[in-house]
Amino acid sequence: MRPVEHLIELKDVYKIYPMGSEDVHALDGVSLTIDRGEFVAIVGQSGSGKSTAMNIIGCLDVPTSGTYHLGGVDVSTMNDDQQAEIRNKMLGFIFQQYNLIPKLTVLENVELPLLYAGMDAAERRERARRALERVGLADKAKHLPNQLSGGQQQRVSIARALAGEPSVILADEPTGALDSRTGREVLGFLQKLNAEGDTVVLITHDNSIAVKAKRIVRLQDGRIIYDGDAKDPRAVVRPEESAEEAGA
Amino acid sequence: MNVTQAFRLAIKSLRTSKMRAFLTMLGIIIGVAAVIIIISLGNGLTGMVEQQVEKVGVNQIYAYTWGMGDGTTKNVTPEDMYAFIDAHSDLFDGITPWVGGGQGIRCGGEEYQKTSVYGVSEAMYRIQTGTTLDGDTLSKGRYLQYVDIVARSNVCVIGAYVEQEILDGDALGKTISISGVSYTVVGVLAQTQEELREGSGDDQVFIPYPNAMLLSGSSYVSLYQITASSRDTVMEAQALLLDFLQTFYQDEAGEHIYEYYYVQSMLDQVNQINAMMGVAMMVLVAIAAISLLVGGIGIMNIMLVSVTERTREIGIRKSLGAKRKDIRRQFIIEAGTTSALGGFVGILLGCLVAMGIGSLLGGILVQSLGASGVTFNATPTLGAVLVSFGVSVGIGVLFGYLPANKAAKLNPIDALRYE
Repeated sequence: MRPVEHLIELKDVYKIYPMGSEDVHALDGVSLTIDRGEFVAIVGQSGSGKSTAMNIIGCLDVPTSGTYHLGGVDVSTMNDDQQAEIRNKMLGFIFQQYNLIPKLTVLENVELPLLYAGMDAAERRERARRALERVGLADKAKHLPNQLSGGQQQRVSIARALAGEPSVILADEPTGALDSRTGREVLGFLQKLNAEGDTVVLITHDNSIAVKAKRIVRLQDGRIIYDGDAKDPRAVVRPEESAEEAGA
Repeated sequence: MNVTQAFRLAIKSLRTSKMRAFLTMLGIIIGVAAVIIIISLGNGLTGMVEQQVEKVGVNQIYAYTWGMGDGTTKNVTPEDMYAFIDAHSDLFDGITPWVGGGQGIRCGGEEYQKTSVYGVSEAMYRIQTGTTLDGDTLSKGRYLQYVDIVARSNVCVIGAYVEQEILDGDALGKTISISGVSYTVVGVLAQTQEELREGSGDDQVFIPYPNAMLLSGSSYVSLYQITASSRDTVMEAQALLLDFLQTFYQDEAGEHIYEYYYVQSMLDQVNQINAMMGVAMMVLVAIAAISLLVGGIGIMNIMLVSVTERTREIGIRKSLGAKRKDIRRQFIIEAGTTSALGGFVGILLGCLVAMGIGSLLGGILVQSLGASGVTFNATPTLGAVLVSFGVSVGIGVLFGYLPANKAAKLNPIDALRYE
């Protein structure tokens, strides 16, 4: 038995991609723990390794070395189908491009994770409806995604992430495709979810968005260069500096 | 992911791109329709042959006996044959010799050269069915009877043409002259052809066979038509008859001399025709099946395109927890649904076209063969329909497997990033 159980526990995680004769260290020895009820922003410029981190936390990829425990279970050596099951049961994704399936209605989209969980139709419908009510879109259940605005579509994708009652909500640049006002709404929504007890992990390159979280983990060149309170001034490196760092 | 959901999704994606769906199905439609048409027409022909044979009776056996020295040295006599048939009355119902009595009759000073005269026995007429072995029925009077044969009575049964055109109707009791001998009409056969014509099947006269032998001056009979007691006993009866003739004609050394006789049953002929038709149909169906193969490749092609187009959707589904088997099942069901729909349309089209061709061709065939009372039914068997449907679904699943597997194996990260 493990002495202390964190919800997410990455230990000395490396992700190495062979690129020609050289190896690229997308993650270079990352150790990170996240507990239930946290709201963490993983921040970094492009190439910092935050996407790789999100893929590994989201069980879409496995580390080259190191271990990843999610809810106390070692998921770092799982195969495709085992990972799919973990994603289904423990993770809710919110993507930049919403990633709704255009042919399916809003309700059917929200039902998808429940469908793959093998839930029967009546319960699926009921839970998908509840999730849509939580994001205030119950009246749009029969609409197709392209009949909704961008902000509404993103709320549908949040409802889809919530429907399976996951342990972690993983939001990858959730405001990236939205105007600033709608973006703020979505962020406010994530804060509300966190206040209601959900664990939220936000991945972004944007400091102004990252500061809405309670805790910031800053990545650079595959390493954590800051991990602490979002209100700490050191959490927010000034944009000029980060641009220099990215260029370096 | 449950099956009904995948099925609904398949219908949905077929509906959203109707033209593509139709073109994808076209190969299957054509293939299945071709198979159905071929099988239907084959069934129609076989059915027609069967009907024709039923009319004559499948339990008919023909024994040709030419004998040694043109029948003069050694040959079976009608008495031998009758004795043989009588000895096996459980297998045989009757026997009639066929003796050509030449052509031409005279009536009222006129000569009618095209009228055929045949010598037969009373066994030519089957009381149970009320028809002759040729399938003719009596319209008036009676057929030749046993006493007529034994007594060599100068009586005859005539065809409808002879009654109407030569004897001016109401022929019972009237006489005709065959080689100078007067024959009294005791029976008239019903008209068989649509039109009464000289020299046709209605222009015939049947007399007792001993009389016909006298007319032709021959001392033997070269053809017997024998009726087996039922369809089931034909083969046994035929074998027994063959054995009898072999024994009769073997030489001193006990060698069989086949050229003196020949036995053939209606069933032989039917079986031969059916076997030939079966082979022809197999070949045609095999050719048609090639287009099913092409149709299957078409489905595979379009499914591969579809997988590429929907890479992102696959990524989304996988990120939400779809396993490989879920994705695979979705695409296989989609391919299966496409080809099943194609198969269904193909079956409908095939039945319609077969019916169309059947009614056209059937009319021509029935008329040109002069086979009245025979119909041409170009319908597929239920089995053929079910098998075609099953095969088309199978093709979809088979050819859908490769694209479905490709989709199932996609990496979710790459798939999500796919534009």
